[in-house]
Amino acid sequence: MCTLEKHGSLFILTLIGDNHEHRLGPSLIDCLLSALSQVNSQAINGGSALITVAHGKFFCNGFDVPWGQSDARSRLHQMVESFRSVMSALLSLPVPTIAAVSGHAAAGGLVLALGHDYVLMRRDRGFLYMSEVDLAITLPDYVAALMRSKIGGSAARRDVLLRGMKVKGEEAVRMGIVDSAAYDSEESVVEAAVRLGHRLAERKWNGEVYAEIRKSLYPEICGVLGLVSKTIVASSKL
Amino acid sequence: MCTLEKRGNLFFLTLTGDDDHRFSLTLIESLIFALSKVKSQAVHGSALITTAHGKFFSNGFDLAWAQSAGSSSGAIDRLHHLVASFKPVVSALLSLPMPTIAALPGHAAAAGFLLALSHDYVLMRRDRGVLYMSEVDIGLTLPDYFTALMRSKIGSASARRDILLAGRKVKGEEAVRMGIVDSAAHDSEESVVEGAVRLGEQLVKRKWNGEVYAEIRKSLYPEICGVLGLVPKTVVASSKL
Repeated sequence: MCTLEKHGSLFILTLIGDNHEHRLGPSLIDCLLSALSQVNSQAINGGSALITVAHGKFFCNGFDVPWGQSDARSRLHQMVESFRSVMSALLSLPVPTIAAVSGHAAAGGLVLALGHDYVLMRRDRGFLYMSEVDLAITLPDYVAALMRSKIGGSAARRDVLLRGMKVKGEEAVRMGIVDSAAYDSEESVVEAAVRLGHRLAERKWNGEVYAEIRKSLYPEICGVLGLVSKTIVASSKL
Repeated sequence: MCTLEKRGNLFFLTLTGDDDHRFSLTLIESLIFALSKVKSQAVHGSALITTAHGKFFSNGFDLAWAQSAGSSSGAIDRLHHLVASFKPVVSALLSLPMPTIAALPGHAAAAGFLLALSHDYVLMRRDRGVLYMSEVDIGLTLPDYFTALMRSKIGSASARRDILLAGRKVKGEEAVRMGIVDSAAHDSEESVVEGAVRLGEQLVKRKWNGEVYAEIRKSLYPEICGVLGLVPKTVVASSKL
């Protein structure tokens, strides 16, 4: 499950999930799609931002797969496919997006975080972890494309994907994976996200243009997800 | 408009006028003509320095001209015309058979920023001028060759995001830190041009074969070359073979 609230100019999307790991199961994925679609329709005039948060030890621990059961593989495949739409919705969202990662983000959970324009995490708690190499699962095409688009350094990508490194806050900043980890509590990372959200919302960017410029930053993942770009001239000067 | 001079082995392409050197169709045509002259006069061991006088390198396209079309569809047509006309300037610079240096005396915004980035080396002032992709603030999406050049020349994903998605205005020292320009150790217009001349003189001493230099440059930037339709070729000009 998730909740969507509006606080002033900011949309706050909170991951609740069925368990404290906020795992991405069918109901959370559906809830995210519905929430993002609401943001899409309500954010028509610019001047807002989305902040995604979760409380507790985990931001999101990845897909909710019934490991050990006979249908585990097909369930995983189903969720990977339905999560594609969440990625597409995030990349097309007509507002700046910020993930306030106050706990562990692993596998699909890290993918969710990296689907945002800005990522903040705690210095003292939580790590980022692409568990697939340890679990012996290959990466879906859009996950690999996202990692390549968002993690700039080839050594960093190798460490995260091929070495299954568990990356804590300060290292995540050094590796260029997150924007800041200067926070020593859940409250302070969320507050920082809110401050950043307000600063970005104040720029009053045209949402449609913002989304198109974002997509043009990430052509590879857009290609994989089938997101088509368009030219927009929304300038009031023309 | 612009002027072209040759001093020794260095070509100087200068954007002139007291204004913000916006790219009109006329200025674009002059730039294309100047660059084709440079290409025809190139010898092994030449270099190009592009600069401007005053507060601006260039503030981008002449949007006022586009706006004066009298209708919004007319304005959009004019904007598309400017975008399409400017593409050959970028192609010419990426194919130029010699090293190229942009010496920024001041602000470089939107297409002006793009003109700077189309050079092999970019020097700016520490004390004056910002690099700024204004499109997100103005409400314009980016032409395909703009984003391709940005991706080819600005290596960091977060730097690209800050510049394109957050419309960040980047001053000299930050531009060096972000890996966008080569140097910002200059505190006057004279000093940034001198810096460009010193670099130019170092580069011309290498007496590179211009055709080979251009092909190697193109092979560094396959994405933008693809978008511009620039075809690479194999050149073996070594006198040792």
